[in-house]
Amino acid sequence: MSALPPPAQALNDAQIAEMLTPQAMWRDPALVRSALIALLSSIVVFGGLAWLISGTEGWESVQRSFFNWEHFRASFPKIWDGFKLNIKIFMIAEPIILGIGLLLAVIRASRGPALFPLRAFAVVYTDLFRGAPVLLVILTLGFGVPALRIDGIPNTPLVWGTVAIILSSSAYQAETFRAGIGTVHGSQRAAARALGLSSTQAMRYVVLPQAIRRVIPPTLSGFVGLQKETALISVLGPLEATRQAQIYGSLHFNYTSYVVAGLLFISITIPLARFTDYLLNRSEERRSMGGAV
Amino acid sequence: MSDPILSIRGLYKAYDQNLVLRNINLDVAEHEVICLIGASGCGKSTLLRCINLLEEVNAGAIVLDGMPISSDAPNLNRIRQRVGMVFQSFNLFPHMTVIDNVTLAPRKVLGVKRSEAESAGLALLDRFGLVDKAREYPDRLSGGQQQRVAIIRALALQPQVLLLDEVTSALDPEMVGEVLEIIAELKHLGMTMLLATHQMAFARQIADRVAFLDAGVILEIGSPEEIFTNPREPRTRQFLERIIGAEPGGALPVTATH
Ligand SMILES: Nc1ncnc2c1ncn2[C@@H]1O[C@H](COP(=O)(O)OP(=O)(O)OP(=O)(O)O)[C@@H](O)[C@H]1O
Ligand SMILES: [Mg+2]
Repeated sequence: MSALPPPAQALNDAQIAEMLTPQAMWRDPALVRSALIALLSSIVVFGGLAWLISGTEGWESVQRSFFNWEHFRASFPKIWDGFKLNIKIFMIAEPIILGIGLLLAVIRASRGPALFPLRAFAVVYTDLFRGAPVLLVILTLGFGVPALRIDGIPNTPLVWGTVAIILSSSAYQAETFRAGIGTVHGSQRAAARALGLSSTQAMRYVVLPQAIRRVIPPTLSGFVGLQKETALISVLGPLEATRQAQIYGSLHFNYTSYVVAGLLFISITIPLARFTDYLLNRSEERRSMGGAV
Repeated sequence: MSDPILSIRGLYKAYDQNLVLRNINLDVAEHEVICLIGASGCGKSTLLRCINLLEEVNAGAIVLDGMPISSDAPNLNRIRQRVGMVFQSFNLFPHMTVIDNVTLAPRKVLGVKRSEAESAGLALLDRFGLVDKAREYPDRLSGGQQQRVAIIRALALQPQVLLLDEVTSALDPEMVGEVLEIIAELKHLGMTMLLATHQMAFARQIADRVAFLDAGVILEIGSPEEIFTNPREPRTRQFLERIIGAEPGGALPVTATH
C-alpha cells in the first residue's frame, strides 16, 4: 500500500479568496497551451492546403475565373440587392412555416373522433410535402399556378415559389414540433387535467411550452436550411442573389459572382449554425446537471 | 349522520381484460380521512384516478356532494377542479415558477384574476412555509419541497376532496416528515382526504378509517384500531405482518385476535 501524503495545511482566507477569483484566460497556462496548439495546427493544415492548391497547374486560371477581385467588386452591388430579396423571402416564409408547423403538430396530437378528418388531412399534408423534392414543388407551383390565370390571386412566380417553400418546410417543421410534443411525459398532461384544465388548455399551457423549448435547436437548423432554399426560387426567374450571380457570370464569363453569392449566404448561415450549437451545448449541460426542461 | 361528500357504488374498472377494481363501495363523510392500504398492484392508484375521472370506469357510480359524476360529463373540468389530486411523482410543471404552478388552474379554470390568484397563492405558500420559493423553478427545490408545492397547487382550487397517491414514496426518507406534516395539518383544518399509502404508522395516526384493498376488492374497512390491532380478515393480517416486518421502527402491535 502506498503511503498517503501527510495532511495538508488548511488554506488561509487570502488563499481561498485567490482560489475563488476567476482567472483571466491568458493566465491559465493549460488554456494558453491548448490555444497555441490549436493555432499552430491550423496554420500547418490550412497553410499546407493553400500551398498545395496554389502550386497546382490549373490554379492560376481558377483564381482568375473564381477569385477575381475586380469582378468581385463589380458584381457585388447587384448580388447584394438580390440577396436582400432572399432575406425578404426568408423573413416572410419562416413565421408562416412555424405557424403552420405548430398547427399541424397540434392537430396530429389531438384526440377525439370529431377531429379525425383534420388529423387525416395533417398526415396527408406532411407526407406529401415532406416526400416531394422541394425543387419539384417550386417548379410545379411557380409555373403551374400563374399559368392558370385565376383572377384575384397574385400571379407572380415569386409569390408561388415562396408558397412552395412554405409548404415543404412547414411539413418538416410539423414533424419537429410533433417529436417535441412526444417528449413531454404523459404525467404532465394528467396533472394538468387533474387540475381541471381542458385538453386544449393542457396542450397550450403545459405541453407546448415544454415541447417548443426542446425543439429550438432543430428548428434553428431548419432556419439555416430555409435560408439556403430561397436560392432555389431562382429557377423561376426572380432576381435573387443566385440568379444575379448567374446573370453576371454569363455576361462576363467569370464565376467570381458565384463566390460572392456563396459568401453572402454563408455570412448568415454560419452564425445561425454556431448559435444552434451554443443552444445545444447549453441544453446538454443542463441535462447532465440533472435539470429538467 | 349527514350525507357523505363522496360516495362510490358498485365501481368496476378493467384495463382490457384485466379486471383491476371489483365492486368498490365506499362512503366518505365530510372532514373524514380515509387511508387506502394494500399490496402493490392491488388497485389503489387506479381507484384514485377513477374518482378524479382520469380513468373511465366500466360500471358503477361516483356521487360527489349529491351529484353523480362521470368522465363523459359535459362539465368535466369543473368537477375535476372540485376533486384535487396529488401524484407520487409530483408532476410539477418544470417550465413554470412555483407561484405560476399554483395559480395556473385558478386563473385558467376558475377565471380568477392574476393578481388575486397570486395573492391567494402566496398566502397558501406562506402558510406552509414555502413563500420564499415562490419565484423559483421546481428543479431548484428539494423533493420534499416539490411535493409540498404539488399539494398546495391542488389546494389552490379549494377542492372538496383531496386525493393523495403515495405522495411520500418518491422521497428520500429525511423529506417524508415535512410532507406528512402538511397532510396532518390539512386534517386539522378539516380537509376531506382519501390517501393511498405504504406508511402504516402514518396511516394509523392520521386515518379516521383504513380500507384494505386486496386484488381490486375492499376486503376490510374500519378504524385504524380495528384494522391494525385486530383485523378480521386473515389476508389483512398477512399483509400487515409482511409490511410491518419490513418497516424498521414502524412496528405496530399486530396481536392475535383476543
Ligand atoms: N394504464 C394501465 N394500463 C393497463 N394496466 C394498468 C394501468 N394502470 C394500472 N394497471 C394495472 O392495474 C393494476 C392496479 O394498478 P395500480 O397502479 O392501481 O396499483 P397500486 O395499488 O397503486 O400499486 P402501487 O402500490 O404499486 O402503486 C395493476 O395490475 C396494474 O398492472
Ligand atoms: Mg399506485
